[in-house]
Amino acid sequence: MAIEVSIPTILRTYTDGAKSVEATGATLGAVINDLEAQFPGIADRLVDAGSLRRFVNIYINDEDVRFLGGIDAEVADGDNVTVLPAVAGGA
Amino acid sequence: MLTIAQTIVDAIVAHARLDHPDEACGVVAGPAGSDRPQRFIPMVNAARSPTFYEFDSKDLLKLYREMDSLDEEPVVIYHSHTATQAYPSRTDISYASEPNAHYVLVSTADEVDVEFRSFRIVDGEVTEEPVEIVTGEVE
Repeated sequence: MAIEVSIPTILRTYTDGAKSVEATGATLGAVINDLEAQFPGIADRLVDAGSLRRFVNIYINDEDVRFLGGIDAEVADGDNVTVLPAVAGGA
Repeated sequence: MLTIAQTIVDAIVAHARLDHPDEACGVVAGPAGSDRPQRFIPMVNAARSPTFYEFDSKDLLKLYREMDSLDEEPVVIYHSHTATQAYPSRTDISYASEPNAHYVLVSTADEVDVEFRSFRIVDGEVTEEPVEIVTGEVE
């Protein structure tokens, strides 16, 4: 068993076009490290100076990880992780 | 070029007017790969601000799940500027994350004559494109 990670369109250049990939790890940070090992460069799009980027939303089983401890949020085999860039901007 | 139905243009402009002076935002979804904006989906601006917009994170997930299950994509991503022209700001450019979308900007700075423009934003590069408004559905 592994963790299924949904990749948004803009980051599929790292995953060879794959919409969904598998990763392992006990925390979100560990999952991101595993993603980086598989798809070099992707971590920098998700993390900045050790914290999740403000305008990238990450969900574990539909719950925003900001409410689950951010990069330290626990994940377990069979969980789904979804990455979605924020839709944001302004004058 | 963006080809879009008059009824959807009217709905976007009405949404922008309604939320003025705060920025309004939303999506027009269409079948993946079709480039046809068909399903108007106004979103809540979680920032409720005259100078910033952001989709609520829960709403965002719900929207993408829904589009995924219908095999749709965001063909148009729109928002309003309420005191400045309908041109992507530096903030708009830095957060633009759908290279296939038409970024529609509406300005309600002039209440009567609302500006409606469309752009591509790819890798930080902005390209304005013509807008063709048609009556009836976009085929």
